[in-house]
Amino acid sequence: MTAPRLHADGVTLAYDQRVISRGLSAEIPDGSFTVIVGPNACGKSTLLRSFSRLLKPSAGSVVLDGKAIDRYKPKEVARTIGLLPQTSVAPEGITVADLVARGRYPHQNLIRQWSSTDEAALWAAMEATNVQSLATRQLDELSGGQRQRVWVAMALAQETPILLLDEPTTYLDIAHQIDLLDLFAHLHREGNTIVAVLHDLNHAARYATNLIVMKDGEVVTTGAPRDIVTAELVSDVFGLSCLVIDDPVSHTPLVIPKSGQWQD
Amino acid sequence: MSARISGAQTDAASVQTADAKARRRASSARIPIVGVIVPKRQLVVSAALALAILLLAVVALGSGDYPLSLVEVVRAVFATDGGFDTTIVLEWRLPRVLVAVVFGAALALSGAIFQSVTRNPLGSPDIIGFATGSYTGALIVLTLIGESYVSTAVGAIGGGLISAAVVYVLAYRRGIQGFRLIIVGIAVTAILHAFNTWLLLRAQVEVAMAASIWGAGSISLVGWDEALPAFALLGGLALLVIVLAGRLRQLELGDDAAKAHGMRVEPARLALLVVGVALIAVVTASSGPIAFVALAAPQIATRLTKSAGLPLVASALTGALLLLVADFVAQHVLPAAVPVGMVTVVIGGLYLIGLLIGQARKPL
Repeated sequence: MTAPRLHADGVTLAYDQRVISRGLSAEIPDGSFTVIVGPNACGKSTLLRSFSRLLKPSAGSVVLDGKAIDRYKPKEVARTIGLLPQTSVAPEGITVADLVARGRYPHQNLIRQWSSTDEAALWAAMEATNVQSLATRQLDELSGGQRQRVWVAMALAQETPILLLDEPTTYLDIAHQIDLLDLFAHLHREGNTIVAVLHDLNHAARYATNLIVMKDGEVVTTGAPRDIVTAELVSDVFGLSCLVIDDPVSHTPLVIPKSGQWQD
Repeated sequence: MSARISGAQTDAASVQTADAKARRRASSARIPIVGVIVPKRQLVVSAALALAILLLAVVALGSGDYPLSLVEVVRAVFATDGGFDTTIVLEWRLPRVLVAVVFGAALALSGAIFQSVTRNPLGSPDIIGFATGSYTGALIVLTLIGESYVSTAVGAIGGGLISAAVVYVLAYRRGIQGFRLIIVGIAVTAILHAFNTWLLLRAQVEVAMAASIWGAGSISLVGWDEALPAFALLGGLALLVIVLAGRLRQLELGDDAAKAHGMRVEPARLALLVVGVALIAVVTASSGPIAFVALAAPQIATRLTKSAGLPLVASALTGALLLLVADFVAQHVLPAAVPVGMVTVVIGGLYLIGLLIGQARKPL
């Protein structure tokens, strides 16, 4: 079996002296929709940050196409791996098109500032996220759901085969959450590798082709949701007693909590 | 929903795209050669500012004890016979006018860089310790070595750079955060202020006088010999700003997004701050501290152009116009000529009051 394009090889991840993960290994199967789940502060966002070069491992390495990711030029990595960060800021009054255009940075240099390729990628990204009609509107005027789509468009404009998403659905209502997840599933079907950190286990089980379940900075298990999501796993990882049934719509595992007054 | 984003482009979607493309074409223009797309409003405002600078420059060239009409000024500039008018315009008045334009632009660029990096309209180099530090440097040199143009300039640059470096190091904690930079800068400014006062009190009266004149910020004593080296340095720095402009725009998106786009964030931020400090250092070395242009020009330019982020070109033009106006007022409008730094302080004060009134009126 050949190694996937992107994997973490015995990485130790730490912020200053605070170690989050030690000797962690994880693989992102090519062409998968991988979702990283786990309780708060289990290190899932930290792992995603290391995949996107935002956090340099203090030991071990994140490997992209057989080479440690920090041995590439930053722009080279940025042409292969895109990221939707947990929080982004935009200058006040920026228009949607101008913001999405900034995702083209890794394809530009001093000589080649903005070409027809950039323009085409800009409109393709806005069409894929269905924000093209908002192109000349200001970001501040949009709703939360529309704004998140614009941020996704900026990441798509980077035109990377691998896309990392750090809690992309947080703060959105259920309709907008599903809307975005459908968009990611569509991008996945078109051949992109998607890696997302999600809080909602049921969303993860529904959309992921591959789950990475984490606890206390370690990978507990990985695999297809149907194979690994069980009541034991949820109780083991989240400390929550629950019933796992078959989702009547998507036929993926559906987690029903049995806490409080509904306890056994 | 999924039908809308999956599958082939529906007709409705392509119509929407065509409409949106038309709207974008209507509101922005593509700059030839570099291909950068700029909002039209920004171009119009910049052109208007440039025109205003040109007009005021011609008026300033004709004003003084020996007044010349617009026609006479233009004739003097293009005359080849080297008459008295030409001497007055080109040798006496042109350096000062050009200095006002170039220094104003440099101060504004410096301010735009600092405010953008710190994400704060108060993050201007004169607020975060640079100007006070260069005053300290100049004071030390004046007290120890005595008065000369070169030594004062060197002292000012040294003092400014050292205080900027101290502020940077003190504010550094796993990278630089704008707010911390400003708070540390204000603290360092306060300390340096006290130190400056102490130096002035200890100094001999003549030294204190010379220091006070320098400290007021004046461009009246800058002739061609001092101006040309400063212009060359500032031109080089302006080129660096052009190179770094793309990185500045990425930093506006936050560190995570900038890194995800393949930018080395900390080195870029340091490079921008160094260029920003160098810009104000060169100006301060030649003229003494000129307050408020760096603070106000980028904010005024942003409001005029309604741009997202601080527009560099429009800021530079606004700064040039501001300093030109301030110097014109200092020379010709007030009953007695005063250093231009005093006029900018007054203009800056009015600007801040206006800003505060505007903020207070804004519904929360």
